[in-house]
Amino acid sequence: MTLQLASPPRKAPGRRTAPSRRMARFDLKGVPYLLVSPYYLLFAIFGVFPLGYTLWVSLHDWELAGDTKFTGLANYGELITDGSFWNAVVNTLGMFVVATVPQIVLALMLANALNKRLRGRLLLRLGVLLPLVTSVVAVAVVFSQLYSRDYGLFNWILSWFGVDPITWQNEKWSSWIAISTMIDWRWTGYNAIILLAAMQTIPRDLYEAAAIDGATARTQFWRITVPMLRPTIVFVVFISTIGGLTLFAEPVMFEGNPMMTGGTTGQYQTVAMFIVKSAFRDFEMGYAAAAAWLLFVLILVGTMINYWFTRRIGGAK
Amino acid sequence: MKNHKRFVVTGAAMTALLAIAACSGGGGGTTSSGSGSSTAPAEPVTINVHTFGGGENFGYDEAVKKWNAEHPNIQIKYTNLTDRFEDVYLPQLLQRLQAGAGAGDVVGIDEGAMGLMAARPQFFTDLGQYGLDSRKADFPAAKWEAGVNADGKLFALGTDMGGMTMCYRKDLFKKAGLPTDREEVGKLWPDWNAFLETGKKFEAAKTGAKFMDGPNTIYNVILFQEAPKNGNLSYFDKNNQLVIESNPAVKTSFDWVTTFSKAGLTAKLQAWSPAWDKAIKGGGFATMGCPSWMLGVIEGKAGPSNKGNWDVAAVPGGTGNWGGSWLAVPKQSKHPKEAAEVVNYLTGKEGHIAAFKEAGAFPSSLPAQQDPEVANLKNAYFNDAPTGKIFSESVAKLQPVFFGEKHAQVKTAVEKVIEGMDQGAIKYDEAWSKFVAAGVKAAG
Repeated sequence: MTLQLASPPRKAPGRRTAPSRRMARFDLKGVPYLLVSPYYLLFAIFGVFPLGYTLWVSLHDWELAGDTKFTGLANYGELITDGSFWNAVVNTLGMFVVATVPQIVLALMLANALNKRLRGRLLLRLGVLLPLVTSVVAVAVVFSQLYSRDYGLFNWILSWFGVDPITWQNEKWSSWIAISTMIDWRWTGYNAIILLAAMQTIPRDLYEAAAIDGATARTQFWRITVPMLRPTIVFVVFISTIGGLTLFAEPVMFEGNPMMTGGTTGQYQTVAMFIVKSAFRDFEMGYAAAAAWLLFVLILVGTMINYWFTRRIGGAK
Repeated sequence: MKNHKRFVVTGAAMTALLAIAACSGGGGGTTSSGSGSSTAPAEPVTINVHTFGGGENFGYDEAVKKWNAEHPNIQIKYTNLTDRFEDVYLPQLLQRLQAGAGAGDVVGIDEGAMGLMAARPQFFTDLGQYGLDSRKADFPAAKWEAGVNADGKLFALGTDMGGMTMCYRKDLFKKAGLPTDREEVGKLWPDWNAFLETGKKFEAAKTGAKFMDGPNTIYNVILFQEAPKNGNLSYFDKNNQLVIESNPAVKTSFDWVTTFSKAGLTAKLQAWSPAWDKAIKGGGFATMGCPSWMLGVIEGKAGPSNKGNWDVAAVPGGTGNWGGSWLAVPKQSKHPKEAAEVVNYLTGKEGHIAAFKEAGAFPSSLPAQQDPEVANLKNAYFNDAPTGKIFSESVAKLQPVFFGEKHAQVKTAVEKVIEGMDQGAIKYDEAWSKFVAAGVKAAG
């Protein structure tokens, strides 16, 4: 490209008129930008603008269909002293850990198993991906029924062992477990497939060499598979972090009654629910916008911490 | 040649871009525009009526059909947007009001949000300028006053009102060895003490069902009985100051619910949740506080298979009111005059009677209440209960209850505490302080 441009277009001055030369220049320099512009235009409209506007709103006492008043950082000040905001943060982080840690470990084990020579391998691989095609809401509705107090499957099974019916929504631990199982059911297979794809790129001879040196399957897994998967694990953890910290549909459906309070005392109210509650139940748009920005910061910090951790996986190398 | 081809591609890409831009520009969608139909001679106007509510909701199907047949030039398009008011309909309506587009020409508003809307006169048409001021004599003072906004202008006219009864499951009462006839059932509970004793008897019979649905239905019933005894106030006084802690009406209602909960009478269900729906249908509980509109809700949720299982008796304490709605015309409507005519019709005697027949929504209009069609009406779903008579009696001595601007938010917050207490997430002795704290926080 640059070479072409550098060479002076004097070769055949008579054959081309000035406007067509300008067109040709535009074609070379302008058109590529035009062709990539749809994405950036859409991103500007639906990504950058809302981000900036949210920041602007967050600096106001902004009531939906009501008064707006510039208050500077007052919303942020109020938020960081608001117990229910921190309760939502703790819930979000708690459910993230309860859901994601077993999920990644399970996905890794699943991927390792699927990487072996099995009969009907393709079917099994497709099978683990199947939960992903169901809608989040459908998953949440079905699971909420399984966890329902009076007619739920889980309470029925527990009753065999003499356990009284549990109101799963009532305690932090029980609601977190219930919601985490919904997330894991849907996403474990997806992560397993991604990890499996990465596993298949690991050269076979590494394992053969290790086997000759007397490494057990276990050692091979921890010394070869996991370190070689590091970039993929980082990716999977990032995606899970973003998904986990913006957790919304499952707890909302689990509540049954979308008032966004996340249980009677906010047992499972996530930050995303807190934002929606502030904006569309209490009509405090400014407060909600400030909470949204804090969530943004939270995700940034969370992802950075995870990056730092996952970089140390298989650090023996 | 090569260049030429590329230009064509670029052109196509640009066209696509423009198309996208055009699409996103036109996306907002003004539903309130009167789309001219080609068949009618004059310019016909479409008036969008937006309402909310479960079951039979506002019950305007028949009334609208009749109007549309008689008024070819003003056609009503009646849409019930959702069955959920506080968390779906209200936020959506506020957004549309602020956006200046998308709201109906006529919108339904529930009593809980009337304080909020009255504080926002900039969004609503003054109905007085279309002569609707003359309707004042048709309504009880309480219903009329709530429709006058902060500027002193009439912005909304009343549709139904609650009235108050107690719905009960005949089959479960029979199983528990209690009387099933509605007169006798009414005599079981002249007051809430007697109601409590009946509940204990019911529980002792071990029918497998609970006596009442959950804590909040009964809480609201009692609160609206107590409010008139305490200056017609619930959570806010008339200066919009929170009085949740000092108002005896709130504390009394709270104490009753605590008593019922401690006695183990509730099914610990959250009203308006799927589990609640299931229990209405499946006989999970035996009684429920029933404002008139609740009859439509029960009929809708319990379904035809339960016809005759539910019946209506007098409520402990005799009177009461809970709920009821208004119709208003947003300022953004392009046809405010025609919309006002529609409001006038739907809140008139004829509209009220049609809605009562269809959804059991008891008329707030005085002429409609006195009409034999209402006074003598029986509800087939509820064993031909004389609902016209029962509800007329319950609203005869009705007092207005004042709603603050943040009534809906405070209501949601404190009812969550009651629910938590009933389900065991909050200890009984800590519940009142948490209740007050939640109310204070929600009031901002």
